[in-house]
Amino acid sequence: MADVALQPNRVGAAQPARKRSSLQKALKRKSTAAFLMTLPLIILITLLVLYPAFYSLHLATLNKSMQRFVGLGNFEFLFKRDTFWLVVKQSCIFAITAVLFKALIGFIVAHFVHNIPAKGQRKWRGMLLVPWVIPPAMSTLAWLWLFDPSYSAFNYTLSFFGIGPIPWTGDAAWARFSVILVNVWYGAPFFMIMYLASLKSVPDQLYEAAAIDGANWWQRIWYVTLPMMRNIIAITTLFSLIVTFANFDIVRILTAGGPLDHTHIFATWAFRIGIEGSDIPLGASVSLFMVPILAIAAIFILRDVNKRGNEA
Amino acid sequence: MSSVTIDKAAPTRTVKYGSMSRDRKWALRWSYFFLTLFAIFSLLPPIYMLITSLKSSAEISAATNPWWVFHPTLENYVGLLTSNQFLRFFWNSALVSIFVVTITMLISVPAAFALARMRFWGSATLATGVFLTYLIPDSLLFIPLFKVFALFGDWTGIQLINRWYVLLFIYPTLTVPFCTWIMIGYFASIPKELDEAAIIDGASWFQTLTRIFIPVALPGLIAATIFAFTVSWAQFLYPLVFTTSTDQLVLPVGIITTLIKGDVFNWGQIMTGALLGAAPPLIIYAFLMDYYIAGLTAGATKG
Repeated sequence: MADVALQPNRVGAAQPARKRSSLQKALKRKSTAAFLMTLPLIILITLLVLYPAFYSLHLATLNKSMQRFVGLGNFEFLFKRDTFWLVVKQSCIFAITAVLFKALIGFIVAHFVHNIPAKGQRKWRGMLLVPWVIPPAMSTLAWLWLFDPSYSAFNYTLSFFGIGPIPWTGDAAWARFSVILVNVWYGAPFFMIMYLASLKSVPDQLYEAAAIDGANWWQRIWYVTLPMMRNIIAITTLFSLIVTFANFDIVRILTAGGPLDHTHIFATWAFRIGIEGSDIPLGASVSLFMVPILAIAAIFILRDVNKRGNEA
Repeated sequence: MSSVTIDKAAPTRTVKYGSMSRDRKWALRWSYFFLTLFAIFSLLPPIYMLITSLKSSAEISAATNPWWVFHPTLENYVGLLTSNQFLRFFWNSALVSIFVVTITMLISVPAAFALARMRFWGSATLATGVFLTYLIPDSLLFIPLFKVFALFGDWTGIQLINRWYVLLFIYPTLTVPFCTWIMIGYFASIPKELDEAAIIDGASWFQTLTRIFIPVALPGLIAATIFAFTVSWAQFLYPLVFTTSTDQLVLPVGIITTLIKGDVFNWGQIMTGALLGAAPPLIIYAFLMDYYIAGLTAGATKG
């Protein structure tokens, strides 16, 4: 197609070819034009994503004043600190639990929305997606106020049921729960929307056939819905795993890592050390620990997305 | 009596055969019940923001029923909207978001066109690379980026850190990869016959892009624009790292650093600020929900 398309251009350029410089001719070529169109993108990615990414590898090998090469000294130092292992543990608990609940709630809510008549679906979908639209920093402030130690609206409500004041952000276990709860609240709508879109693409005939064969609701989900949605579930979960693992806003605003570092995850701890504690190399080393998990998730996503592209 | 028994038997028969419709009715009721529960859960924080924003500080500290406003007042809104500092945050946020959206579109639309239609050496690799860049989170890059910009300031004497416009360089690293990715999807779905016809009629590549591709892929373009705006409006980590002076802050960071003074939380104003900060994306969402959802689902599903 491209060759055909280029014929008129080439003919047009051929007549006054003597006059035109080779530069202009090169500009007429398709690959040159395409390269120029992608050049800003390439520059942006190289300078502001790839370069900093590799630069952080270099940073991680320097001492605090960034004048001396210490090799793997920063990592050795981290491995010896209990706080580091606490952060690793908490990051994994946080990401896995939050993603699991987001996926589960998203799946259930998507089914409920799919169940009701199509006319009303828009309205419900609109309401249920609101958490995803509000900037997380703003909505976390509302949660912080709902969790306030002395004026908590939740504790006020619970006191009517005789449940004592809960230290939402004061106690380590409750603080972890609160952070995960806010993350689930924020992230579940994304799953709901993705699952709803893929539920709608499952052909009705499959359910009719299953109903004729006498399948109950559980069998319909297990043998029809889940296999049809498998790809979307995988991609969405992996996506969310990356985003949740790298989360910063919610933990930072809600607990700032406290009480006693018991809610710190990689991003907030790296911020605490690297920016607030101005030990940039150590902070860079901490955030580098996110790379392996992100890389594994990215490889699987890429495989699934490509598979999807080939099927289409 | 016998007639009664017949009456009783009749429903059982219909139930047996018409059970599907009865099941459906119950399923529907349960669906509405749980949807209401989930909707309350979803809307609780924004509603609570609104309730608190209408209260005076005296009413908040009196610890009356937190779910009800006894003496509604607009003093928090008046206080914030007449404070130069808050308006400055709003203005900075708006400026950053508008510039970032423009820069993003100028970079990603031509790039997506080239990657979707003009196959050249390395184009497939580049498309994959764009997608991988989208997966790199901000919390991985903020420390090296901070150092890179600090070094840049040392070398050239151009100080970018602690200026709001430094965000114009940084935010595109979040928005451009995603927007390019979904635009590739939208452009690839346009039938080849359209651009072949345009080129046979003598259109240049640039004309094909502006006259054919952009109008046809307009829904995708709107979805990408909304995404870029939402991301740059909501971004919290980068402005927290890169800007510190109060006149350079954007809205989310501004609210958190200036309205929370030490241990004193002026909750009425904080909630008002948060609500005003959440308003622009919410308003866009209310009017353009379908584009918003299209952008959301396109990200993971290739167009």
